[in-house]
Amino acid sequence: MDWPHKDLLSVDQLTSSEILELFQLAQNFEEINSRLVKKTPTLKGKSVLLLFAEPSTRTKTSFDIAAKRLSADTFSLATKGSSLEKGEDLKDTGLTLQAMQPDAIVIRHGQSGAADFLAHQLHCSIINAGDGWHAHPTQALLDGFTLYKLWEGFRDRTLLLVGDIAHSRVARSDIELFAKLGVSVRLCAPRTLLPRHISHWPVSVYSDLDEACRGVDAIQCLRLQLERQQSGLLPSLREYATRFGLRKRHLDLARAGAKVLHPGPMNRGIEIDSQLADDQDSLILDQVSSGIAIRMTLLYLFLTSTSQRRE
Amino acid sequence: MSERRIIQSIVWQGRVCDCVLEEDRISELRPAEEEGSGGELILLPGLIDCHTHLREPGQEHKEDIASGLAAAASGGFSSILCMANTDPVNDTAAITSMMLDTAARAHPRGPALHPVGALSRGLAGKELAPMHELARSGCIAFSNDGVPVSDSSLMRRAMEYSFDLQRPIIDHCEDPSLSPEGVVSEGPLSDRLGLRGVPSVCESIQVARDILLASYLDIPVHLAHISRRESVELIHWAKNKGVPVSAETCPHYLLWTEDKVGDYDPLAKVNPPLGTADDVTALRQAAREGIIDILATDHAPHAPFEKEVPLSRAPNGISGLDTALSLSWGLVQEGVLTQKDLIRLWCHGPARIFGLRANGFNPGDPADFLLFDPRESWTPTADSMRSRGKNTPCLNQELPGRIRLNCREGEVLYGQFPKGIA
Repeated sequence: MDWPHKDLLSVDQLTSSEILELFQLAQNFEEINSRLVKKTPTLKGKSVLLLFAEPSTRTKTSFDIAAKRLSADTFSLATKGSSLEKGEDLKDTGLTLQAMQPDAIVIRHGQSGAADFLAHQLHCSIINAGDGWHAHPTQALLDGFTLYKLWEGFRDRTLLLVGDIAHSRVARSDIELFAKLGVSVRLCAPRTLLPRHISHWPVSVYSDLDEACRGVDAIQCLRLQLERQQSGLLPSLREYATRFGLRKRHLDLARAGAKVLHPGPMNRGIEIDSQLADDQDSLILDQVSSGIAIRMTLLYLFLTSTSQRRE
Repeated sequence: MSERRIIQSIVWQGRVCDCVLEEDRISELRPAEEEGSGGELILLPGLIDCHTHLREPGQEHKEDIASGLAAAASGGFSSILCMANTDPVNDTAAITSMMLDTAARAHPRGPALHPVGALSRGLAGKELAPMHELARSGCIAFSNDGVPVSDSSLMRRAMEYSFDLQRPIIDHCEDPSLSPEGVVSEGPLSDRLGLRGVPSVCESIQVARDILLASYLDIPVHLAHISRRESVELIHWAKNKGVPVSAETCPHYLLWTEDKVGDYDPLAKVNPPLGTADDVTALRQAAREGIIDILATDHAPHAPFEKEVPLSRAPNGISGLDTALSLSWGLVQEGVLTQKDLIRLWCHGPARIFGLRANGFNPGDPADFLLFDPRESWTPTADSMRSRGKNTPCLNQELPGRIRLNCREGEVLYGQFPKGIA
């Protein structure tokens, strides 16, 4: 697969055929994960820096495992309590890390645009593992891959995103990715959690969850940050759960065989019914394993094709 | 012995003229004696910038009074006003005097520096600053610029108290509760980039409040850096009703939209944030029609390293003194403004609002003028800009026109007299 990208900053930069090729490739890598010996020497001698300036369990572990299964070395930066937590010395941190000669830096940062900023400053590959409210491209790719394996093609499919769209990098990246693949995307959220100029996006917006669920093929619940209530965007968590919490009956309104997704971590009983999360219609754990395959694919593409071209 | 100088064959509002100076005064501006020779340099009165941040005392790594005045001199200004959000804040006579002393030592010929005193003590928005003391030591106006006055009662009392001191109030219009940590205008761009947006009503709500206060009290108020269409419409309404309100905008709001932020460019981050194409259209029309009275730079220099951070962390502001006239001249070339508009917006308008003398090229007027070559161009770079702040979206871009001479009271602030001086 031809891979002309130096960095992965947002889904924006990928074409739909690149995304589909990536999914095909990811299927090969997924096979490695089910072997008895889950390791190949593909990226031996390559090093990947994990720069996580925001708390993260699954994404960080997922990148770490993905790199190690391909025999790349990984290095994590402890950022808690460091000045980086405040985002103040990102340029210096970046230059310092670059001087340590990594082949790629995976960055998670609380500021929108932090990955773009680092990509402009540094010549090694930057993989955005989530920046502020802006983008989380590997999450969107793993969501897409999860459904790619299930569906035969993306045409005539409908995906519903429920929850805090305004403050969600997952929502932004999912919308970009699925719209690119020809999926019709619906959103359901209170107006206080929607971007003000949502009419510019390729989505249809619903305020009633029953109505939104009718005839959809998949529903992605988004995590509700519990502090949204304190900042005056919601009257109470209980009211949110009543209006926007996903339950079994919603799935009955959807198309037969419809699935439930959640990027995690979940607030059981708030945005998703606890039982539904563990139900057979839930893809939540498939998303986690798809994530490793997608990240192996990306690391492979960045650490073989681009670096070869650079030299 | 009185010194008499004649600058020959210069262009004043489209006509070739000779300008006669008598020491520090204009003696006469008359049609040129010799037709044909020269006639390329444009004559303008010295500009007045009523809105700058010179950062001294306290943040001299961004700018100081000497470097700010040097930028003003080469930018064509004969007088500038500087805001009070220094560290410590300019809310005591000691700070005002220190600013004036520093300016007089660094640039004895000018440009003249007129400090704007703090409206509230420490700019905290709680109690009035000692306005009488500040006025007596040289403050020309009062403002809480940088920190919006949320308390409408304090705003009212400031207007009333300063009115007796004959010092105008300049208000930075922003309802901070609508813009917590806002980075760019709220709109498709903020939605796409995942940035906190500043809604346009954040400015216009405060504009409406100030207009209603000015109307109720019948006391003037000057509105700083107006950036949105709704604000323009409110000011238009107020002026039609005879409310004593005046308003400024900046070259960047007449030239650029939020698209300048592109993919997170901190050089285009400014407060209020750059607006939409519709805002630019409204502001251009308002500047032509006099709804917007004047232009100002809102010169906000920052050190390069301070802007080399992710956009949300970058400080607000555009460095403007070096580029103001060239950017404005670009608007004249585009046909947005006439030369007459330029003179009103950059000289006679601010002189009227802040009670400064201005050069109308009538006999006895102060010889505050500049010569501008519209055929040349220049490029603001880290080296060519005299301000310590290189933070402008037009950095390293060629701009039209070049200042050849800037004089205040007949003394050269920048450049030199052309040949052909008698």
